[in-house]
Amino acid sequence: MSWLLAGAIVLPLACGVLGLSLRPHRAMQQMVSLVAGIGHLGIATALLVKVWSDGILVAQVGGWPAPFGITLVADHFSSAMVLITAIMGVATIVYALCDIDQRSLVKDFHPPLQALIGAVCGAFLTGDIFNLYVWFEVMLIASLALLISGGRKAQLDGAVRYAALSLVATTLLLSGIGLLYGMTGTLNMADLHLRVQQVENQGLLSVVAILFIVAFGIKAAVFPLFFWLPASYHTPKVAVSAIFAGLLTKVGVYSMIRVFTLIFTHDVGYTHGILLWTAGLTMVTGVLGAASHNELRRILSFHIISQIGYMVLGLALFTPLALVGAVFYILHHIIVKANLFFVAGAAERLSGSSDLKTLGGVYREQPLLAALFFVPAFSLAGFPPLSGFWAKLLVIKASLASQQYWIAAVALAVGLLTMYSMTKIWVNGIWKARPASAEKPPPLSRPNRALLLGPMICLAAMTLAIGLWPGPLYDLAERAGHELMDPSNYVQAVLGSSETAALGAGGGVVE
Amino acid sequence: METVIAVLVGVLMASSVYLMLRRNLVRFVLGLALISHTANLLIFSSGGLQGTFPPLVPPGELVPGAGAANALPQALMLTAIVISFSVFAFLLVLAFRTYQRLETVDPDSMRSAEPVPAEAGTDRSVSGDPQ
Repeated sequence: MSWLLAGAIVLPLACGVLGLSLRPHRAMQQMVSLVAGIGHLGIATALLVKVWSDGILVAQVGGWPAPFGITLVADHFSSAMVLITAIMGVATIVYALCDIDQRSLVKDFHPPLQALIGAVCGAFLTGDIFNLYVWFEVMLIASLALLISGGRKAQLDGAVRYAALSLVATTLLLSGIGLLYGMTGTLNMADLHLRVQQVENQGLLSVVAILFIVAFGIKAAVFPLFFWLPASYHTPKVAVSAIFAGLLTKVGVYSMIRVFTLIFTHDVGYTHGILLWTAGLTMVTGVLGAASHNELRRILSFHIISQIGYMVLGLALFTPLALVGAVFYILHHIIVKANLFFVAGAAERLSGSSDLKTLGGVYREQPLLAALFFVPAFSLAGFPPLSGFWAKLLVIKASLASQQYWIAAVALAVGLLTMYSMTKIWVNGIWKARPASAEKPPPLSRPNRALLLGPMICLAAMTLAIGLWPGPLYDLAERAGHELMDPSNYVQAVLGSSETAALGAGGGVVE
Repeated sequence: METVIAVLVGVLMASSVYLMLRRNLVRFVLGLALISHTANLLIFSSGGLQGTFPPLVPPGELVPGAGAANALPQALMLTAIVISFSVFAFLLVLAFRTYQRLETVDPDSMRSAEPVPAEAGTDRSVSGDPQ
């Protein structure tokens, strides 16, 4: 069923192109985007169902056999990520129908959004490391187009920082891929898994691994490479911020997990040790940065960084339970974080401010919005009946099981500080009476209100559902985690059993 | 040959880092252009430079003869060049538009996205983007 794999990438890209040709007709552009988003959701669901029942799906693009052509691979992890991307896509498109309406100055939203979704899915599904680089670049170009659309001063300023650091990251990635190719003679990730074991100079391999850590680290916004994120994520329209916050850094984390479970496992003590320190420092600096800010979206931007630390922690511990935790964490976090940005945008729209000093009266005037903030915010902080609790529990349990007590303590302390930060927003932004000086904006029409609140209600319901019935998502994360920990199934699915055996016996000839 | 290319990669990388550390957006963009060439050269040399003739398959045969240049790094480079060219074009426009709107090319004085926090004692209510 290779069309499922290809469709998840081609459909959004094709609809992006179609959207560009419909540029003068904005209503039609919106409709195309919405239909594409729903279609994509269908494909992604079918893909996950198929992978769940049949195991890893592989498609050889152009019919070239595995190590030579580009391979698309969907295992449990990647197909779950594609599904969550599709859900975020639909939520963002619906939210944007109100946020970026036909009178908005932001004229090009839907085509680059579709390109972004296509590129993100490409990065999740590819089994070829150079192809991964190409998807990163497509993602970068689409996200730059979204970031500057509207052309406000702050957007240009943020885009300069975002573009600069992202391009350094992709260049480092490209250099790393070049060196890796020089050592192994292959670009196929499953083939790399086998070939790196035969590389003589394991020290050089560690150097290349560090290049990958830095490259993906910039993308994932880990300490100390995160400065582009809080400088740019609060500048564009809310719909753009939300999809960035939900998806982009997680593509970096996904790639990091993929590469450091499949390829660079030669010296786990060294590479994953660095990741462990990075995870701890990322958690702490992110949450402290959040504590020092007053603008809603900037606070939330710093929380992205802090939460990335938990996901990297799952990878750094490198035990089955920790990887299960990392996968669970990513899936839960995408929903929660995008939703928080949606809520911040709605609060700004309905109450007229996004600064905690001038925001207020949300609880009195918009009780539904207050409730919609409550669910993702306290899920982020890890309150028991919500999804974040289970995600944190898994990661912390894994760190206790590997006797890394200090990192467990850091993770718990950061959870407490996250709670402090969310309480600060709750008290100052939601509970407090509206400051006398603040003006109330005109109320929204009923359909616009529905478009704004609809996606948030759905995402909050998902958070609540995961919190109350974590079983299905845990099963999915468990399968994904075990697949990551033992890549033999992945390698076999991509290369076929005969070639695996031949290589294991005596191969390793560099082209 | 590899040694020469290795030195060249090092010099190019050093120059691009130097350019990127200047407090001038235009120099930074030039530095980024240079660093992408550095990466291309690195890929090119990592594929091995022994090949003496182009990897063309002679008529009637299925593979190019022994000693042909490795075609894969060249294909990778070509892809990377196309991507970096388009990104470079975008960056030039971005730098120009930023200069037009913010009237500076010094990244340190671009404070629209991250305004300097108000000093203690001055009016603290003024914060956020004036736009």
